[in-house]
Amino acid sequence: MFRIDFNKLRFLVCDDNPHMRRILRTLLHSFGAREVYEAEDGATALEMYSHYVPDIVITDWAMPIFDGLELAQMIRQPESKGNPYAPIIMLTGHSEKRRVTVARDAGVTEFLAKPISAKGLYQRILNVVASPRPFIKTKTYFGPDRRRNTSSAYMGPERRIGEKHEVLQQPSLLDKARSSI
Amino acid sequence: MAKNSAKDIEVTAFATHQIITQPNPLRKVLRRVEEKDMDDPIGRAEQALAALSGEFKDWMATEVNRLSAAYVAIRHEGFTKERRDELFHAAHDIKGDAATFGYPAAAEVAESLCRVIEHAPDFEKVPAELFTHHINAILAIVHENTKLDSISVSAELSRRLRKVADDYLADVNRDRPEHLEVILAPSIAPAE
Repeated sequence: MFRIDFNKLRFLVCDDNPHMRRILRTLLHSFGAREVYEAEDGATALEMYSHYVPDIVITDWAMPIFDGLELAQMIRQPESKGNPYAPIIMLTGHSEKRRVTVARDAGVTEFLAKPISAKGLYQRILNVVASPRPFIKTKTYFGPDRRRNTSSAYMGPERRIGEKHEVLQQPSLLDKARSSI
Repeated sequence: MAKNSAKDIEVTAFATHQIITQPNPLRKVLRRVEEKDMDDPIGRAEQALAALSGEFKDWMATEVNRLSAAYVAIRHEGFTKERRDELFHAAHDIKGDAATFGYPAAAEVAESLCRVIEHAPDFEKVPAELFTHHINAILAIVHENTKLDSISVSAELSRRLRKVADDYLADVNRDRPEHLEVILAPSIAPAE
């Protein structure tokens, strides 16, 4: 069995609601964390991110100045001075599918819908500590691999070119028709 | 926490993308232990949250006062984008926090209110009663929460308000398919 030594982890908590920051701080301290830094807006969060170099970022979506989504996008800049690979857990009241998709495409590592629970938060932290995903860089994206699993059966238009399961190029019906003339 | 050096990072390039892998930089916080040495961090955290719960009533009152004040500002001083955003933000916070504070029905009503604010094509044309019913419902739920028979009443109230709000939104968004799709889509938040 595995146990997480929370006292070796450094957290950055970003939420403009002081009650939620208090709850997160309470949960993290109960898990065993000793270094929990807090920011109440996106700008302060980015500054603290560069200064304290946290191991894990837990951020709300809606925040003043710039929000959690923009924070994630800034952290994920590959050319940034800070560490662009840090796990980002987004904890938010938004739970619509399109929101999750937007957060995922901004480079968020894990998404946790409120209401918060000790078990839910612990599971997300365990995921990022024990099962980190490789990072993917494309023209339009830099962040954790957005696939939760790979499927060799997927032959759709968004299949990546290369790797083990390259799509076999099939001639179009028109080309087939022309070649048979 | 030790970080991987640049030389530990492996980049594999393909035609359309790169895959960047590195040894797990957080691997050192994982420790293999015997079952007898496993502690219960979730249990500890739940106990700590329970100990904090004595403050939840006051926190909830603060959130609700903020929501009321935001709507009163709109009613008395008129609509502006900033006041609309403040109302949405106040409702959004209640939506996210109320269940944790012990008021799950208030969270559902707040979610319904957020949907009205977010998806109404013209905020100023939303019937005032729709807003007042939502806000009064949240106030009533929070005020009556300690009474045992109020739980089922609160749940029924939130369900009915949600239906009224959804029917209104479906009607005013019939020419806006992108909003309609979101309004009619279920939440993907899993039940605990």
